[in-house]
This record gives sequence, C-alpha cells and structure tokens, in this order.
Amino acid sequence: MMWLANPTRFSAFADAVLPWACALATVLIAAGLWQGLIVAPPDYQQGETVRIMFIHVPSALLGMGGWTLMSIASLGVLVWRHPLADVAAQAAAPLGAAFTFLALATGSIWGKPTWGTWWVWDGRLTSFLILFIMYLGVMGLRAAIDEPARAARLVAILTLVGFIDIPIIKFSVDWWNTLHQPASILRIGGPSIHPSILVPLIVNMLGLSVLFVTLLLALMRTELMRRRLRGLRLRAAEAA
Amino acid sequence: MIRSLMAVLRRDLTLAVRGGGAVGLSLVFFLGVVVLLPFAIGPDLALLARIGPAILWLGALLATLIGLDRLFQPDLEDGSLDGLLASSTPLSLIVLSKALAHWLCVGLPLAIAAPILGVLLNLPPGLPLWTGFTLLLGTPALTLVGAIGAALTVNLKRGGILVPVLVLPLTIPIVIFGVAATRDESAWTALTMLLAADLIGIVVAPLAAAAALRAAQT
Repeated sequence: MMWLANPTRFSAFADAVLPWACALATVLIAAGLWQGLIVAPPDYQQGETVRIMFIHVPSALLGMGGWTLMSIASLGVLVWRHPLADVAAQAAAPLGAAFTFLALATGSIWGKPTWGTWWVWDGRLTSFLILFIMYLGVMGLRAAIDEPARAARLVAILTLVGFIDIPIIKFSVDWWNTLHQPASILRIGGPSIHPSILVPLIVNMLGLSVLFVTLLLALMRTELMRRRLRGLRLRAAEAA
Repeated sequence: MIRSLMAVLRRDLTLAVRGGGAVGLSLVFFLGVVVLLPFAIGPDLALLARIGPAILWLGALLATLIGLDRLFQPDLEDGSLDGLLASSTPLSLIVLSKALAHWLCVGLPLAIAAPILGVLLNLPPGLPLWTGFTLLLGTPALTLVGAIGAALTVNLKRGGILVPVLVLPLTIPIVIFGVAATRDESAWTALTMLLAADLIGIVVAPLAAAAALRAAQT
C-alpha cells in the first residue's frame, strides 16, 4: 500500500497490471457464464430462472464490497492521509452503484416468476435499496463541492456513517422474517448449495471481482490524470 | 465546560425564539403536510385511521428535514462558527447542545402537536397520545442524524437540496421502527429499537458532525 502511494508509481503499476487483469476477468466471466448458463442443471424448484443468480449474487456482493472498500479508503483519507485513498473512494462509488443497481434489477427480474412480484418491502431488499440511494448521495455530495481536498474529507465522513447499512444488509435475513432466503454460502456448517451450481457461482464471483478491480484501476488512473491536469491548469492560470 | 455548553444552548434557543418564528414555521409545515395527505388519499376515515400514525411520522420527518440547513449555516454566516471551532470545549459536545436546542425548537413541538392532528385523522382513542409519545422518542434521532447532513453541507450553495438526499436513507430505519411502535403487536420491540437509534445517534452524530464541520472549514 505504501509502495503505491506515489501516483506516478501507481500509474505505472496500473498500466502494467491492467491488460492482464482485463484478460483474466474475460476468461473467468466467460467460463463462469458458460458453466452457469449451459452446463449447470436447472434447479428442481426454480427451473431455469436460477441462472439469474449467477449474476445476482456476485453483483450484490460487489455492491456491498464497493461500500466496504470506500469505507476503508475513507479511513485512509481521514486517518492515514494516504494520497491515493480519496482517488480510490471516488472511483469505487460509481462502480459500487452500478453493481448495486444490477443486483436490484436482476433480483427484481428473478422475483417476478419466483415470488410472483417485482418487489417486496422486506428487510433485505429495503436495506439494499438504501445502499443504492446512499451511493447516489455520496456522488451528489462530491459533485456539489468544488475543492477536491475538502470534498475528500466530507465524503469520507459520510461514507463511514453510511457503513452502518452494510451489517444491516448482511444480517437483515436473520433479524426479520423475509422472502429473501437466508445466507447459503458463508454460513456455519458450510454452503447449502449443490456443487453443480456452487462452482460456476464462485467462478463468476471471482470473474466479476476481477472485473471490479480492473475497472477500479482504470478509473483511478484516469482520475489521477484528471487531477494532474487540473493542477497544471491552476498553475498555468496563476502564472498568466 | 458545562457552562459554555449551557451558554450555546441558551443562545440558540434565544435566537430561535426571537429570530422570526422559525419554530412556528416547521410546525405550520407539519400541519400542512398532515392536512394535505387526506386530500391526496381521500377522506375515507377508516383508511386514515389505519395509516394515520404513518402520516404523522412522515410529516414529522419532513418538517425536521426542512429546517436542518439552518442548524449550522447562520453560525458560518455571522462568523460565530469560527469561535465555536476555536473553543476549548470539545466541538462534538457543542454540536450536541446545538442539536438539543434544535430539537427543543422543532422536534418537541412536533411531538406535542401530533396527538391533536391524530384526532383529526380519526385515530382510535389512546393512539394519538401514543403516537405523540413515539415521536417524542424518535425525533431526537431524526435531529441527530440530520445534524450530520447539516454539518456536511454547511458551506455549500446547493446544500438545501442535498441535506434531505443525504439524510433520508439514514432516517429510514428510524421511520420503520417509529411506525412499528404505534402498532400493538410489535410496539415494545420497536420502542427499544427507537431508543437504541437515539443512543447510537447521541454517540455517532456529534462526532461525525464535528469532524464534518472541521473538514468543511479547511
């Protein structure tokens, strides 16, 4: 982490890693989708709709993971003053929002044939929708503040306050009676999913996580360039 | 330290009382929202009785949100925020006493007015007072969460719209438990959750708002 604190070094690192990460994500997602959509058997109750889960579950995980990453980056801004922490937090916000939206949309599409409704106001769905609104709020706050250094600290505070939603989402299926099924992968006693579905699910999770990291690195590199450009412009304006 | 906190509290209360009736305005807004909803929903008294507590809670939430941008902004405009920041009293405690003053001027009147409006909404006997009681327990949490949003946007020109956007998602649990506390089957659990929200708010909100006020000034 400290080694990458230098923006120039980080850009060089991102340049070197990006093609490989991109290729790895492509291979993993292709393999996961092929296994999930073609090889895996239809569920004995849900039928073919179970295949939506191969996108839904990784998206939901990355939607929550995005906020967790932003929270760690926010600590980096407020506590350690890491120079790249705010760049990471800024880049993670639209990605996390996109995956959260994807999880909400796929869940809704899955819910219509399975539960018979697009949406229910239960604990898991509502807390996840709150997560999506909070992503938009964080991006809105950043857009409203002109000065980057001030935006960094204020957004970091809001992100840390909003982190309270992440454990609520995780445990909502245990705390409230809900239509959404309880945890079936990370649970005491091992996963409760048959290997024929679990394996492509995990491959897809890995693939989409690598995709998340790839896009994060690319966005961070772009943002660094944008900030350098802004600095140069300001210096040019001062000199003129 | 206690003396300076009391001074902040007394100052804010005096300003609120003498400074152009902001206290009354949020109450009038609350009245407006609660009166507007039956027009939108229709004058079905049985339906109003069922959703009455939810209407009162939503009205109280909106009335709390609407005045939040005035929590710290006047202090920034007249420069007294710099004095508060430089004070030897911890900023988080100053924030807490400012939030208390704001709650006394906005939250408390809402909770007191709610039973009267509850009667207008045809709530069954006893429920208007009980709904007022849940608001009494819930509005402090709303004000405290709102204080975070007010501090984050203190020197933004577009802060007025941004505060509700930032604060609303965080208030959803409070509204859920507040309305649940007005139903018989879940009242006690929800009431304890409301108190928990107050306690979390008392600990977290002053710290977060103080950090935001400092960050906004640099």
